[in-house]
Amino acid sequence: MPEPTKKRITDIGPPHYEQFLPPAVKANYGKWLYHEFVRPGVLMHASETGDKLYTVRAGGSRLMSIDKIRMICDLADKYCEGYLRFTSRHNIEFMLTDPSKIDALIADLAKLGHPVGGTGRSITSIVHTQGWIHCHSAATDASGIVKAVMDGVIEHFQNEDLPAKCRIALACCLNMCGAVHCSDIAILGVHRRPPMIDHASLKKTCEIPNVSASCPTAAIRPGVVNGFESVVVEEDRCMFCANCYTVCPSMKLNDPLNDGVSIWVGGKVSNARHEPMFSKLAIPYIPNNPPRWPEVVDAITNIIDVWKANARLNERLGEWIERVGWPRFFQLTGIQFEKLHIDDFKHAGLTFKRSAHLMY
Amino acid sequence: MADEFPKTPLLDELEKGAWPSFVSEIKMAAKRNAASRDLLGLLERSYREKIGHWKHGGIVGVLGYGGGVIGRYCDVPEEFPNVSHFHTIRVNQPSGWYYSTSALRKICDIWERHGSGLTNMHGSTGDIILLGTRTDELEPTFSELTEVGFDLGGSGSDVRTPSCCLGKSRCEWACYDTMALTYDLTKSFQDELHRPAFPYKFKFKMSGCPNDCVASVARADISIIGTWRDDIRIDHDAVMEYAEKGLDIQKHVVNFCPGKCMEWTGKKLTIDNSTCRHCMHCLNLMPKALRPGKDQGAVVLIGSKAPIIEGALLSSVLIPFWNPQPPYSDLKDLVGRIWDLWCEEGKNRERIGEFIQRVGMGNFLEMIGVEPIAEMVAHPRENPYVFYEEYLVEDDGEEEEGQN
Repeated sequence: MPEPTKKRITDIGPPHYEQFLPPAVKANYGKWLYHEFVRPGVLMHASETGDKLYTVRAGGSRLMSIDKIRMICDLADKYCEGYLRFTSRHNIEFMLTDPSKIDALIADLAKLGHPVGGTGRSITSIVHTQGWIHCHSAATDASGIVKAVMDGVIEHFQNEDLPAKCRIALACCLNMCGAVHCSDIAILGVHRRPPMIDHASLKKTCEIPNVSASCPTAAIRPGVVNGFESVVVEEDRCMFCANCYTVCPSMKLNDPLNDGVSIWVGGKVSNARHEPMFSKLAIPYIPNNPPRWPEVVDAITNIIDVWKANARLNERLGEWIERVGWPRFFQLTGIQFEKLHIDDFKHAGLTFKRSAHLMY
Repeated sequence: MADEFPKTPLLDELEKGAWPSFVSEIKMAAKRNAASRDLLGLLERSYREKIGHWKHGGIVGVLGYGGGVIGRYCDVPEEFPNVSHFHTIRVNQPSGWYYSTSALRKICDIWERHGSGLTNMHGSTGDIILLGTRTDELEPTFSELTEVGFDLGGSGSDVRTPSCCLGKSRCEWACYDTMALTYDLTKSFQDELHRPAFPYKFKFKMSGCPNDCVASVARADISIIGTWRDDIRIDHDAVMEYAEKGLDIQKHVVNFCPGKCMEWTGKKLTIDNSTCRHCMHCLNLMPKALRPGKDQGAVVLIGSKAPIIEGALLSSVLIPFWNPQPPYSDLKDLVGRIWDLWCEEGKNRERIGEFIQRVGMGNFLEMIGVEPIAEMVAHPRENPYVFYEEYLVEDDGEEEEGQN
């Protein structure tokens, strides 16, 4: 550990946000009256003071170099008095008081390779996790799939041409740093092989009772293997959550032969119309196929196309499915319903169809 | 190896297409940075082998803090020495993710001197992520960050960096000042944020209205979602304006109302606010005509989480209507009672939502001193296995209380 620096500052917390607010935002804080969608990617907020603020929303990759951040700062200096913000979904927002500058800003963003969109009834940037860039438990990459999927659906980012907004999210394992479980479409990395236990190291690196206790289905018990005090996994009971690997590095689940992604649909967090909903399983497994995961891109564009062709205006993906029923979702998308779609964890019975409300 | 650009035929495929490419970002940084060059080579290898190359965990940090740095070591350091350490620093973002370019440039300059030159703007929890540096760079980076006014965020079993929607700064629907509350809570809980002492992580997320732009209902231990109690404010002229511009108010607004509380005659819109569910649909479609009422506050919900360990949960109502007023002592007191209980009784890696599932919501409320009310449930219990807590016994004609 290095020596402490001379003057050490700690526990100051984040800087106060007020110093970062554009002047027009500061002047109209709490005074906004309404907003309009000027065109895809451009919002206009009107204040009771009579001020109007134009926001240009640009898509970004979550992983950015400091070089790119500096270029974005140059644009904010040129057009926005030296202020900008990011959205909860990795978009970059430029706020202007002079609408005549919007076209020039959008043209400059295009030169940097950043499309404008993600407002209203559109797909916006995908929230995602680290994947192979930085994570030890990833069952798939994150940035690569996201890039390929966004290339495939970019027309729906740049145009407000969908029945409702569509939020896509990716988590590279079940830990879900990205909490994707309430997304219109979730891409979830999955392991499919029970832990490959390093019996020689387990006792040295992990507490055996902790490893046993970590398993939500009680599949792990202490045991002696090849003379080593270790654990034994009852493989039929493993549902590949990898919680044991999180508490013990000797319980590795990562496996190139079996890892891949699953696709989940129909979740939402907004309270608009329907209450928040979890996403439900659409496709149990697609093998990892880097660099561009074409099967994942095709599966997602297919689901979006079917939803767009069949849903009523305002219906999010999950709301549409709820109206027409899951059998029709599977029929229209051509996705095969199979045993794995039926829940068998806690409260699974609540997910069975418990009425004669069926559509023929 | 790291002196020259590695060959990356697979990653190069991800520079094609119209969406911004993270590979191009890494290459930009790699022009001047050896760690980013090795990251390219390592990632290309992962793409070839379909597996990650990072070791499990690693406890590193800055002096006096237990959180804020995610230790990461490469499992093939001899081949990629410049990412043998590749630790991530979480930097607590300002509320609402607003920046001045001068502040952002300062962070970039620091990261140019001390790290890979790669960032995430932002990580899932909301922090600025400085992606990849060596152990001996952590303390100098921290020192320079605090000098320009930034501090680390949370990681591990602590208060995670609170985050919020942009609230009143640019949204007419914000029913409370999300950015002010987030800043206040973050400042108040600096110790809990920097020094992990909980059974597991604890997240606060603040959304200004029921549209919940920061997904608080799905991923926060305490979800604070703005709402109002009185009548939706209607500007009838603006309603007509929407109708005249082609919005089919019956079909797209009224028919989608989950409370079935709206009527449209073709000339006038009326709302029975007593059965309005505050879902936001009608406001979303006619922002110029409809506004939240004036009696504004927030719903406080508790306990959402992703699946690990016992299954995913959504937050559920703890306080149906809270009036957030600085210094927010009522909320902080309540959170203090929850933490005391959870730290005492919670199991290792048990989120508060799972703890509530285990001990029962009724018992939990009793233990934190909150009265149970009907707003907390979707419906009363359906199963008759009731834990009646008291019963009467016969004694000389007098009834005494017993307890099981």
